[in-house]
Amino acid sequence: MATKLVFLLLLTAFSVQAQAKETPADNYKAYCVQCHGSEGTGKGVNVRDMSVVPRDHTDAKSMSGRSDETLFKAIKEGGPSIDKSILMPPWGSTLSDEEINDLVQHLRMLCKCKFG
Amino acid sequence: MKRMILVTVLGFSGAVLAEGGMLQESCAACHNIKGPATQTLKAAFEKKGPALFYAGNKYRQEWLVSWLQKPSRIRPAGMYYGGHIKPGPKGDEIDTSTLTDHIALSKADATSVAAELMKLKPHNDLIAKEKIESGTISKQMGEMAFNKFLGCMACHLIEPEYGGVSGPELYTAAKRLQPQYIVSFIRSPQAWEPKSMMPNKNLSEVNIQKMVHYLETLSKEATNGH
Ligand code: HEC
Ligand code: HEC
Ligand code: HEC
Repeated sequence: MATKLVFLLLLTAFSVQAQAKETPADNYKAYCVQCHGSEGTGKGVNVRDMSVVPRDHTDAKSMSGRSDETLFKAIKEGGPSIDKSILMPPWGSTLSDEEINDLVQHLRMLCKCKFG
Repeated sequence: MKRMILVTVLGFSGAVLAEGGMLQESCAACHNIKGPATQTLKAAFEKKGPALFYAGNKYRQEWLVSWLQKPSRIRPAGMYYGGHIKPGPKGDEIDTSTLTDHIALSKADATSVAAELMKLKPHNDLIAKEKIESGTISKQMGEMAFNKFLGCMACHLIEPEYGGVSGPELYTAAKRLQPQYIVSFIRSPQAWEPKSMMPNKNLSEVNIQKMVHYLETLSKEATNGH
């Protein structure tokens, strides 16, 4: 009985942990910085040989030309979904919709800008 | 007859103790040898080496034996990559001063640790789902798909001086990895590592098979070059 309870507790702890939502800052650091760079300016460690440079997320001018829906789509389904480069990957299998929405807000913070 | 059984039993438990001991004592500080896979980014940022608890589903044994004696760098930016980059004049660059050489083993230790690692097969289910279709692809066609149509070059080197650096170099992948693992990982990195920094690019079956054939072509070339 006692072992069963401990097992159940462990199981709960484990599954909650597995589904826990990450912060947008951590998601950006883990997945986006490799290309968009530690400053978000599009100068990540991977860019040397890339034929299309990653978007500068701090550039208010170009970022304000994108609606939140477009940014969401680009992140979830990748560059080609908004007629952009295949080098921008789809993150729909990595991030939940909620996490992607949070990332869109994180991008708005980086560019200090809104749509329009 | 009785004596033989006894000898076998003793021999077996002796080996398990010694080798389990080595993995535990010399490797577990940096490698996850028991599972489960990393479940949070906090833990992913702390990772000091790739997970080895599914080593038997992943590596070619002969490669393990030789690499462990003479390890060379596979991930240009180490692990986790974010801990080994610094700002430079043109953007982020690898901070090589933070990268260290991997521990090298004697032939005997490498052989016994490799044998121990090959027993770790918690993902036989994922491997059993995959089939490698026979086929070949020229280097040019493979490269075109890898770079232009699929965008894999952004994170992987396909030769020592071409490609991205946040992922493992891939010109040696087919020498290091079992083909079913390559297929399975490309199909779903998250099935192996939920927090993998490689995205699922939703490749078609045809393209997945193309990638395995291309990586085989690349590795053969790398071998011929020596
Ligand atoms: C493998 C490299 C790579 C990674 C990793 C990456 N991106 Fe991108 N991203 C690009 C490239 C290249 C472009 C530019 C595409 C173009 O202009 O055609 C881009 C463009 C974008 C755009 C702009 C679309 C537009 O034109 O308005 C957004 C938004 C974006 N990325 C968000 C992200 C987020 C968020 C992450 C992390 C979850 C991320 N990217 C990870 C390479 C990458
Ligand atoms: C100080 C930390 C550390 C210790 C101790 C250590 N490793 Fe590693 N190991 C690493 C890192 C970091 C890498 C990745 C190297 C690279 O990609 O260039 C690695 C890579 C490997 C690889 C290749 C895996 C892959 O998928 O690329 C194997 C196999 C391996 N280690 C086995 C061992 C064994 C066996 C031991 C114990 C005898 C051990 N390691 C001890 C840090 C360590
Ligand atoms: C955004 C960066 C990124 C992109 C794009 C990417 N990968 Fe990866 N890939 C990685 C990382 C990082 C790993 C290491 C696995 C891990 O840490 O979970 C990896 C691992 C692999 C492995 C296993 C190699 C090993 O040594 O373990 C293969 C094979 C692979 N990728 C193939 C591909 C192919 C084919 C594509 C294009 C369809 C691709 N990758 C696109 C980042 C990427």
